[in-house]
Amino acid sequence: MRFHRVKAVAWKETVQIMRDSRSIAIVVIMPIVLMLAFGYGVSFDIKHVRTYILDRDGTQQSQDLLKKLQASEYFDIVRVVDNYKDLVHGIDSGDCVLAVVVSPDFTEQIRKGGTTSVQVIVDATDANSANVAMNYMDALVQGYSQNVQVRWIERRGQRVRGSPIEVAARTWFNEDLESMANIVPGVVAIVMAVVGTFLTSLTIAREWERGTMEQLISTPVAPLELMIGKLTPYLVVGVLDTALCAALGVWWFKVPFRGQLWMFFASSVLFLLVVLSMGYLLSVVMKSQLAASQASMIATFLPAFLLSGFIFPIDQMPKVIQVVTHLIPARYFMSIIRAVFLKGTPLVLLWTDLLALLVFATVLVLVATRAFRKQLV
Amino acid sequence: MGQAEQVAIDVKRLTRGFPGVQAVKELSFHVKYGEIFGLVGPDGAGKTTTMRMLAGVLAPEQGSADVAGFDVVRDPESVKHHISYMSQRFGLYEDLTVDENIRFYGDIFGVKKNKRLERAAQLLEAADMARFRSRLAGKLSGGMKQKLGLICALIHTPRVILLDEPTNGVDPVSRRDFWKILYSLLGEGVAILTSTAYLDEAERCHRVALLHEGRLLFCDTPTLLKSRLQNSVLLVTAPDPRKASDAIAAAEGVESAMLVGDGVHLLVDDAQRRIAQLREQLSAKGVAFNSIEQVAPSVEDVFVHAVEATSGGG
Amino acid sequence: MNAPSVVVKDLVKRFGDFVAVDHISFEAKKGEIFGFLGPNGAGKSTTIRMLCGLLHPTSGIAMVAGTDVAKQPEVVRRKIGYMSQKFSLYNDLTVIENVNFFAGMYEVSPAVLPERVAWALEMAGLRGREKTMTATLAAGWKQRLALGCAVLHKPPVLFLDEPTSGVDPISRRQFWELIHQMAAEGVTVFVTTHYMDEAEYCNRLVLIYRGKIVASGSPAELKRDAMHGELLLVEGEPLPGAIEALQNQNGIHDVAVFGNALHLVVEDAKRAVPLVRQRLEEQRVKVSRVEPIRPSLEDVFVSLTTREQPKEVV
Repeated sequence: MRFHRVKAVAWKETVQIMRDSRSIAIVVIMPIVLMLAFGYGVSFDIKHVRTYILDRDGTQQSQDLLKKLQASEYFDIVRVVDNYKDLVHGIDSGDCVLAVVVSPDFTEQIRKGGTTSVQVIVDATDANSANVAMNYMDALVQGYSQNVQVRWIERRGQRVRGSPIEVAARTWFNEDLESMANIVPGVVAIVMAVVGTFLTSLTIAREWERGTMEQLISTPVAPLELMIGKLTPYLVVGVLDTALCAALGVWWFKVPFRGQLWMFFASSVLFLLVVLSMGYLLSVVMKSQLAASQASMIATFLPAFLLSGFIFPIDQMPKVIQVVTHLIPARYFMSIIRAVFLKGTPLVLLWTDLLALLVFATVLVLVATRAFRKQLV
Repeated sequence: MGQAEQVAIDVKRLTRGFPGVQAVKELSFHVKYGEIFGLVGPDGAGKTTTMRMLAGVLAPEQGSADVAGFDVVRDPESVKHHISYMSQRFGLYEDLTVDENIRFYGDIFGVKKNKRLERAAQLLEAADMARFRSRLAGKLSGGMKQKLGLICALIHTPRVILLDEPTNGVDPVSRRDFWKILYSLLGEGVAILTSTAYLDEAERCHRVALLHEGRLLFCDTPTLLKSRLQNSVLLVTAPDPRKASDAIAAAEGVESAMLVGDGVHLLVDDAQRRIAQLREQLSAKGVAFNSIEQVAPSVEDVFVHAVEATSGGG
Repeated sequence: MNAPSVVVKDLVKRFGDFVAVDHISFEAKKGEIFGFLGPNGAGKSTTIRMLCGLLHPTSGIAMVAGTDVAKQPEVVRRKIGYMSQKFSLYNDLTVIENVNFFAGMYEVSPAVLPERVAWALEMAGLRGREKTMTATLAAGWKQRLALGCAVLHKPPVLFLDEPTSGVDPISRRQFWELIHQMAAEGVTVFVTTHYMDEAEYCNRLVLIYRGKIVASGSPAELKRDAMHGELLLVEGEPLPGAIEALQNQNGIHDVAVFGNALHLVVEDAKRAVPLVRQRLEEQRVKVSRVEPIRPSLEDVFVSLTTREQPKEVV
């Protein structure tokens, strides 16, 4: 292996990248767009759920509860009905997602010291949102219930320590952060996987299509030299992109970064090696830019999105699928990046994931250099 | 025996086919150092396939070739260290400048920086391209791209140079400049194998192999090639070439008659004898003509004659 | 039959400050085969595009088959046929699919369509091979098919762009037979090419350089009259010594290598022969031949386009 040939290839590729305005657009704009799209678009929080109310009690007590409902940003009371039929119609027609029914003996029961219930009807067509809505409602009602209990105890002359309502509030506040904090590092991983593979998927195919490859294979350059030379500038670009995404995460989305910077970059470099090699291999095998870029999108986006543990926890998946996820490099990086970003876990504890990525990188490089033939068919 | 006599390329019964077509059939010839050798023939004759095999980028099915002392079948990678190959598309990076293209190829072949700068300056000067060094290759005219392709092929001073149709689609002036550069290389003792579909370019080579449908028709110097038809080509200039052609195409001794812009181009068995005879015939039929003279045979005449001879005439 | 079919008078095309076509005037008769030669960027393609109604002239007049190209470009386009060697046909369609496609493009009326299709196939020699995939046809067949497709609508004017370069000489001759036949039927044929052999087939040639016509006439006329100077063939050993001896001598305009010989452009051939011999012998070059030769079209082309230091037009 000769260094001067690797250098020649790397330098040429760099110049070409810098002159290609489309590449630059992809490198800068695509990550930002993806980060914003996923960061804001993929959210487990729901807000302004359309709600109907049927208050059969109509006393100050029930009004109190309903005021709390109104005050929260999670529910929008769009209509107050006075009969059950209208309520059901509201749900059926989709005018509301949630309906709250306060029973006529609500206040009476509370005064007596007994228990009462609040009926909540939810349109569960969107099961996830329905679930979350129910949880919020539950928390809200629990909070209110504790409030009632406290006042009841105080009326009997005992004092209660702490303030139940505030606890509830804090839970809700954290839930927000949890969601974003969980998502953003994951988005960084997905963006790296997609952009990285896409960039390199074009490089070999482009030279075949433009006719320069025929001449390149008549020179002494070796397949491994070609690969290292071509991947190097993309690695640099990839690291810069990763930094860009991480910066967006920290400064725009306000996600805390609790780990060590060098660990973050070291593991990123390893993951980049994997995704860049994958794109390179696609380029070698497909020889057509169009085919290679499409294949890269399919091979990275969906698996990274669905099977890396980004949204759907792996341990909740069927056993067969869990086995399949071991073949997705993004899976390993997902756990690494979350650990490093959010928990500040030392790298040494993540050694299995790192090893898996190393194995992937090695295998991909070997396969790609073998697959590249310095001959025309 | 100096290097000038040594064989740079030795082709031995090279054969290669593709689905549906046998591109190269049992091709054998050799090229010496210090010589410009032309592979001449129309599209589909097997020129590019042959060049690719000799450059080590396409494997032969049968036969073999020694290029710069290495066997293209058993050791193609070693061949690549000692040759230069300029493919039909010139191998230029359109988004790199003239200088950057040269630098890339120089670095790939391990040419030291000062050596490269010196040689590049020399070649660019010879090609009259020194003032275009910072222009993007994609923005060059066809003739300049071709010259740049050649410069990139020469930057590492190879001993054997393979050029696949380097003058395709290029205007005659640029073609002349190009050949000037090639001739100047001979002083360095290199061997140049070039292919072309322009039959008239065969005259510029020291030796020529005429290819037709994958087979070798002739291999000889242009002079010897044309001497086969030395006394056989006539040109009749006439105001109405068609009339003249109709009058004499079937005359005795006329092998073929072809309409050209201002007359009729004839292949005959004996030029001097037939001139008088044709003159008579034309006058007898009342067809006006300006002159009948013997002209030098072109490579195309040789080619047509050879093809018709091998296919049994007609 | 002798009325001019194409009339061009003082045609000018400017792109900003750059004058691509600078007051060009010529006439082409019906049935004439008219050749356009010139380096790339000289204004050749620009002129053709204007004549095809694809580019609006800056000033001047161009009438094609009685239609003013500036005023009615769409009408002009219906009166011309265009055939380009490499780009006319769709390789992934069959023969008949290509024919039908072009028939549709040229709006051949359904009444005459079957007859025209049959004619095109007959002319191309492809009757019975309608379902053949175009990609599998040899170059010679493709030429004729492309020609057939270009004239389905019986245009009075036909434009051919390097129609037979790369085609084997026999197919080329057959192709040009067809062209001559069409010309005999009154079609005016315009040809552009870099291939001097092809230019020989034209009745009249026009050489365009830097936007102006620098020479015009039949091939024979150009070879006789347009050349600046005369041509000498010199054979001698050693050749590099001969080149050195003769370059930059008084009365010798240019020295070009041609294989194993030199072509000299001199003021006066008869006077130059003994002087050249003498000079070579002085420089210890063994002379085997010094004689005047007839210039080729390429010699004319080169001499007319390199007189002044040409600015590279990109």
